[in-house]
Amino acid sequence: MGTTMILMTVFSTTLIYAAPLIFTAIGGAFSEHSGIINVGLEGIMIVGAFSATVFNLAFVSVFGSATPWLSLLVGGVVGIVFTLLHAVATITLRANHIISGTVLNLLAPALCVFLTRIFYHGNGQTPIIDQSIGNFTFPWLTKIPLLGAILFTKTSLVAYLAVIVGGASWYLLYKTNIGLRLRSVGENPAAADTLGINVNWYRYLGVLISGLLGGIGGAVMSQSITLNFSVSTISGQGFMSLAAMIFGKWHPMGATGAAIFFGLAQSLPIVSGYIPGLKNINDVWFQIAPYVITIVVLVIFLGKAVAPAADGVNYIKSEK
Amino acid sequence: MNKKAVVVLSTVLLLVGGVLTGCGSSSATKKSSHTAALVTDGGGIDDKSFNQSAWEGLTKWGKSHNLTKGVNGYNYAQSNSNADFTPNINKLIKAKYKTIFGIGYKLDNAISEAAKDNPKVNFAIIDSVVKNRKNVASVTFKTEQSSFLAGVAAAETTKTNKVGFVGGVKSSLIQTFQSGFEQGVKAVNPNIKVDVKYAGSFSKADVGQSLATAMYNNGEDVIYHASGATGAGVFTAAKNASKSGNKVWVIGVDQDQKADGKYSGGNVTLASSVKEVGTAVQDLSNDAMKNKFPGGKTISYDLKNNGVSLVNDNMSKSAWKAVQSYQKKIENGSIKVSAE
Repeated sequence: MGTTMILMTVFSTTLIYAAPLIFTAIGGAFSEHSGIINVGLEGIMIVGAFSATVFNLAFVSVFGSATPWLSLLVGGVVGIVFTLLHAVATITLRANHIISGTVLNLLAPALCVFLTRIFYHGNGQTPIIDQSIGNFTFPWLTKIPLLGAILFTKTSLVAYLAVIVGGASWYLLYKTNIGLRLRSVGENPAAADTLGINVNWYRYLGVLISGLLGGIGGAVMSQSITLNFSVSTISGQGFMSLAAMIFGKWHPMGATGAAIFFGLAQSLPIVSGYIPGLKNINDVWFQIAPYVITIVVLVIFLGKAVAPAADGVNYIKSEK
Repeated sequence: MNKKAVVVLSTVLLLVGGVLTGCGSSSATKKSSHTAALVTDGGGIDDKSFNQSAWEGLTKWGKSHNLTKGVNGYNYAQSNSNADFTPNINKLIKAKYKTIFGIGYKLDNAISEAAKDNPKVNFAIIDSVVKNRKNVASVTFKTEQSSFLAGVAAAETTKTNKVGFVGGVKSSLIQTFQSGFEQGVKAVNPNIKVDVKYAGSFSKADVGQSLATAMYNNGEDVIYHASGATGAGVFTAAKNASKSGNKVWVIGVDQDQKADGKYSGGNVTLASSVKEVGTAVQDLSNDAMKNKFPGGKTISYDLKNNGVSLVNDNMSKSAWKAVQSYQKKIENGSIKVSAE
């Protein structure tokens, strides 16, 4: 491989891994900024991946090549419905956030595999989808010398979309009234309440946005990577997203960057096998590299990550 | 208060509903003297891989002898982790199944221990050899032979003289796939480069896709995968490459993966290297029924007795012809394929 090809491969494989994580990690940030810990991201992703696949298989004859994109939205909407369980349990019923999130993680795989068996004649996994989200080459930008070939050729459009969502989320959380209020109920709900902000309403908003984005993240996985749904479609990506969110210090752009960094840590070892001089190194080093790189960067470059002050604390009006 | 009660109640109903419908029903018929059951190694009996193949074989055997699923006929126990092996085997022993299969090499210690304590029960282990137990039949598959043919198919198809191999976890079992494949490629054309990569997991489709994308970008145009669900990512990478004009191929593993290669513009599955675990399970169950259970022996399935094979999915006529001629040479012993 030439240098351009190597860089292009690093970039595109980074995005393959990062795209589902970016959506889900941003979703997690919304939930936690509103004060609700969401460890159920894995479960939400599973539900999103499942519903998107079912929608794709059922409606591909109607929507043609637009189907996988619509499937992402369906995954998001079903993610919202599923996350409602977490919202009701933690906000309205004041349950422990970790327990409720764990319930999502336990419920989702069992429920989705069970439904798969009902929908698809007793099989444990769905058929393969015909229309999937493949590579995308940007029409004009490829003409930019060097960068065009590396950044905009045969790459993942969903990942670009995810980065845009990251930017939009930053704007929403830090530059608008809604965002300010949402963060205030996560920092000091009592103070927010005295100023007339409806704490529960904003917490519902935060949690349901995490359902939307988590569902989309899971759908990205099934629509662009596995191309079907089975119990192993989502294998730890939800927890990696949680890690990316903390790694990114609860900031949407930070979470986006952290997810891309995780992708890079996965991709570099794979591609370095094609760089002369690195070819003869034992596979084991490549397999542990993502974890070693992450730990090193975490220890050396990042200071303390501080969660929103009232994250995980139920707000009970009469006590204050 | 009322609102809360409704919410709690409906949540509980939802959960209970899910749990109850999950329970299956069992049927009872008159006691048969020949019963058999299997323990899976981690996947379910519908993993589109060898657990499924084993269960299909057992079901076929049961139906051909008018047995029903349950304690009087045939059954399975699903392991969700390695910790489930021994409890699952003990459960089946207590239910008095005559023959118990351990599907997958991970179960060999559990089967060996159980066989020591229960000398009157027939045990069989797939993909491994249990020594010094007179009531254990060991079943091995010469997957290096089918992988050799996969190598021939790849070498006859490649236009770039570069092919790839994606393995799941490096182990002596997956090693047989890799080395058979390499020998097959070299037999056709020693100048073809084989790029070997391991994903380190059987369930990481994203890693599989990244590995395969890098291979295809490197100019390799046929990839043989032996990586379980990680292989889903290999297929995705092949479809993406083919859609953008670079026609590439995947050789599937364990069962016919033609359906996995289908996409809106064609199919990327060149061939599939198939392992007939079901046939082995069926054969051994029949042997046990005739009181001829080959306890203490190792039964080897190869190309000759159709235990392993290469299925033609989208090969060219000339490539398929070459595969068939090499198959004959392996069967009559003029080519010996090494497992290492």
